[in-house]
Amino acid sequence: MANIQFTPSLRRHLGVSTIEVPGGTVRSVLDALFETDARLRGYILDDQGALRKHVAVFVDGRRIANRTDLSDRVRDASEVYVLQALSGG
Amino acid sequence: MSDRVLVATRKGLFDFRRVSAGGVSTWEHAGVSFVGEPVTIVLPDDRDGTIYAALNLGHFGVKLHRSFDGGTSFEEIAVPRYPEKPAGSDDPTPWSLQQLWSLEPGGVDEPGVLWAGTIPGGLFRSPDRGERWELVTSLWERPDRLEWTGGGYDHPGIHSICVDPRDPRRVAIGVSIGGVWLTEDGGRTWEPRSKGMFAVYVPPDLRETPNAQDPHRLIQCRASPEVFWVQHHNGVFRSTDGAATWVEIADRPPSAFGFAAATHPHDPDTAWFAPAVTDECRVPVDGRVVVARTRDGGRSFDVLREGLPQSHAYDLVYRHGLAVDETGDRLVMGSTTGSLWVSEDQGDSWECVSTHLPPIDAVRFRSVGSPA
Repeated sequence: MANIQFTPSLRRHLGVSTIEVPGGTVRSVLDALFETDARLRGYILDDQGALRKHVAVFVDGRRIANRTDLSDRVRDASEVYVLQALSGG
Repeated sequence: MSDRVLVATRKGLFDFRRVSAGGVSTWEHAGVSFVGEPVTIVLPDDRDGTIYAALNLGHFGVKLHRSFDGGTSFEEIAVPRYPEKPAGSDDPTPWSLQQLWSLEPGGVDEPGVLWAGTIPGGLFRSPDRGERWELVTSLWERPDRLEWTGGGYDHPGIHSICVDPRDPRRVAIGVSIGGVWLTEDGGRTWEPRSKGMFAVYVPPDLRETPNAQDPHRLIQCRASPEVFWVQHHNGVFRSTDGAATWVEIADRPPSAFGFAAATHPHDPDTAWFAPAVTDECRVPVDGRVVVARTRDGGRSFDVLREGLPQSHAYDLVYRHGLAVDETGDRLVMGSTTGSLWVSEDQGDSWECVSTHLPPIDAVRFRSVGSPA
């Protein structure tokens, strides 16, 4: 099972903790995640289903390449991090 | 009188209440919610006592919260959501919620109905206190909506929503930049209502184009809803015929530029504005914070300054940073510098409530008689 971890700032809003879901693509992994808490979708994706501008997703240490289709592969043993990009003041 | 003020700021929602003791009244800090988070708009709905607060989390998008207990606790509720953008669309606007910029109740006989204006330009309606939101497609799908442009923000937005107290099917909105629009049938059809306005920041042959108008703030007199005021990018305009036609109010002192506007709820000739130097220099004229008030429909203005900083002050008042209560006597004004002032006498004098708040986006009174 792929392991998903979250930035503390997201945990602050939604109280989510580390979760394990089957591998596949970033899209399928996130869809599985959203089944556990539907509110997460609006925090991670925009209205059109793309990754929010200031959210970053890493799979096995690499930033995902496709932020719109979310087609990057996720293995069953992958480590997935949902983080915030640095911005603002 | 309204003895409570809600202040939406860059870093939290602040609550101030008027406290009387020994014959002396002061405004005191009474709490903060969402500390550290950008609160873009707040709506105390006096029909049922609900308080709504919109957040714009820098990383995680726009959120909407609702309180049934007067602001002690909030719950997150649905936000307006844009539909899927059709494949091959030539619309350069992202169909994605970027900011909740205005939030207003429907009519008094429409319990739970809310209107929300957003960036990038969608108007939404909720029938049930924000449980669900529906995009007003009759406006969004108009081909001429593509003529709207951003002004300050990258994309256009609806910052003002005026629901006619006589007939809630009659709703006027202000768009930056996209002019004034009116529906008379609850949102089924819309027409531009900016005849008489002009824009000095476009080529001469486009000056009167409806979608080129930049009304920074659109307000309506509750007792005389045919009277509207607009603080426009290049001056003040007033309509006395339900936004059918507009007349420029020229030479407002000390300057024509500004964002905020408020009108007396019972007297359509009285309005307040918070001027700044110019588009290119968004600070008070001569470093002095003033409020410009007219009591004769814009023929003349008083420049009010008692109690406001009169040297080296660089406060700017955003478009939702000035509000008047239901009596028309009490005003509140908040600035980007985090200053908050209240007037008990229609602006003749001001009391400084705080100079240390985060930058202020919006101020609203909450009526004493509100439930909860």
